Amino acid sequence: MARRDSKDLANRVALTGFWIAALTTVFILGAVIVYVFVNGIGEISLEFIFTKPHGVNAEGGIWPMIVATLYVTGLAMLIVTPIAVLAAVYLAEYAVQGQLVRTIRFAADTLASVPSIVMGLFGLAFFVEALKLEFSVLSGALALSFLMLPIVMRTTEEAIRAVPKYIRWGSYGLGATKWQTVSRIVLPSAAPRIITGIILATGRAVGETAVVIFTMGTMIYTPVLPTDPGRSMTVHLYQMAMEGINLPAAFGTALLLMVMILAFNLFARWLLRRNRRMQG
Amino acid sequence: MNEPIRDKESGLSNAERAPKLKLVSQSTYLKEAALKNLFLVCACVAVAGVALIFVFVGWRGWPVFSEIGVGKFLLGKEWLPTEQLFGILPLFVGSLVVTIGALALGTPLAVGTAVFLSEIASHRVRAIVRPAVELLAGVPSVIYGFFGLLVLRPIIAKLTGSLGFGPLTAWIVLAIMIVPTIATLTEDALRSLPPGIREASYAMGATTWQTISRVLLPAAKIGIVDAIILGMGRAIGETMAVLMVVGNAPVFFHGLGQPISTLTSQIVMDMPYAAGMHRTALFGMAIILFLVSMGLVGIVRFIQRLREEQ
Repeated sequence: MARRDSKDLANRVALTGFWIAALTTVFILGAVIVYVFVNGIGEISLEFIFTKPHGVNAEGGIWPMIVATLYVTGLAMLIVTPIAVLAAVYLAEYAVQGQLVRTIRFAADTLASVPSIVMGLFGLAFFVEALKLEFSVLSGALALSFLMLPIVMRTTEEAIRAVPKYIRWGSYGLGATKWQTVSRIVLPSAAPRIITGIILATGRAVGETAVVIFTMGTMIYTPVLPTDPGRSMTVHLYQMAMEGINLPAAFGTALLLMVMILAFNLFARWLLRRNRRMQG
Repeated sequence: MNEPIRDKESGLSNAERAPKLKLVSQSTYLKEAALKNLFLVCACVAVAGVALIFVFVGWRGWPVFSEIGVGKFLLGKEWLPTEQLFGILPLFVGSLVVTIGALALGTPLAVGTAVFLSEIASHRVRAIVRPAVELLAGVPSVIYGFFGLLVLRPIIAKLTGSLGFGPLTAWIVLAIMIVPTIATLTEDALRSLPPGIREASYAMGATTWQTISRVLLPAAKIGIVDAIILGMGRAIGETMAVLMVVGNAPVFFHGLGQPISTLTSQIVMDMPYAAGMHRTALFGMAIILFLVSMGLVGIVRFIQRLREEQ
């Protein structure tokens, strides 16, 4: 009996431990979100969102940073989507296992794990200086697209592989060519999951700091052309927080950033759920 | 009766139609082949990207190895750019200290959460905890840094009687940041185990804890090691959050609450004003970071191949 009791006791203690681990994780997320919301909500106003900052401490709004952030991530998304999706099509539908495919996968994994600061210095050396694109939205978008490439490639490949084989057989059976099958049957069926992957990757790009600080610059400017410089919301938050002179603006920026990221994530999840329901 | 079957629209027999078909299929064939090669080119963009990073960061950083010397650069104990001293050992040690501490704090939390998600949580609890873990991965690192700077730093300052900038604060912030990476991959590893081994364990009268500790965790060992290595990669490369809480003093670790610096944070601190050899040294540090992260990916792939061979 004693042995049995100790076994049950150990079990109960361990299970409590796992509960504590999971609750701690949820609590941390809650704490970060609540802290940013509570401190930032008072700052948010139409003026804060839609006007330019002024004065030495950047009082006023953060409109130029919002524009720069959306501009650079939107452009990066446009650059990366066709390349990443077609690359994934190759890996999932065309490639034969071999040295080439192994090299591509290793490169994609490496790209996914490159520290963002290294990507930032690469963008500075290559796009800003070697290609003479200067500190610009375009340089930032190109550097960010390298960061997003492996993420979109992986999610797209998984999405394509999840399309059932018999749909392809049906298409081939009707005499369709490989490209017809891929473009009209496989990609449309995989589209919701591909789009989810693109949204998640874009969400990551929105939160990226070290890459854009060395490719888009830190100048407060509302970019119009892709060759204009700008300062992203993340860079603005970093500078406000480190200088510590205008914390309210930092909290406001952090809250808007958080809301954007949450919106991206929740939209992606919603899309995925809707798709799953439609497929039964 | 012997008349060949004729097409309804053109009135041609199949034999008469055949040459045309062949022509069409040849152009189709060319188009298909061209598309295939286009896709291959897209897939190779990833390879080109890695090569470009290597070439351009390497090109900018190389002089520090050839002019200062590998030994003086990697093992030099002093980072004093104004005195032309570019030893990155204190920064490298700083990166290691920060990473190891973050792993020590974050791994139990992450593996615990993963086990909870895959073995213990009911469907309804899972539906809350899992999205929370995913959202935690989506929070920008600059917000973690901000949170660490304003919330954790004052607490650590009180505990250690210092300003609160230093390894301890960085450990906690980084531990939070690597939890999603490790937890997600560990959960995948646990879920990929065949359900039969759980049932066999329960059938022998094992408790949940015994099943987890003696059957599931050992069986998922390789997957968990992968997860921890990738978490390590994330921690060593993390920049903004560390930069905001670590204090940025390029000296050796000498206390939980005393400022140190890491490779990543020093690059961001110095880059805006660095020139000449100082700037080159920063690119040299980026080469080291790139090689370390590439090495970690190589290790993970090697382990995975071992597992596949098993």
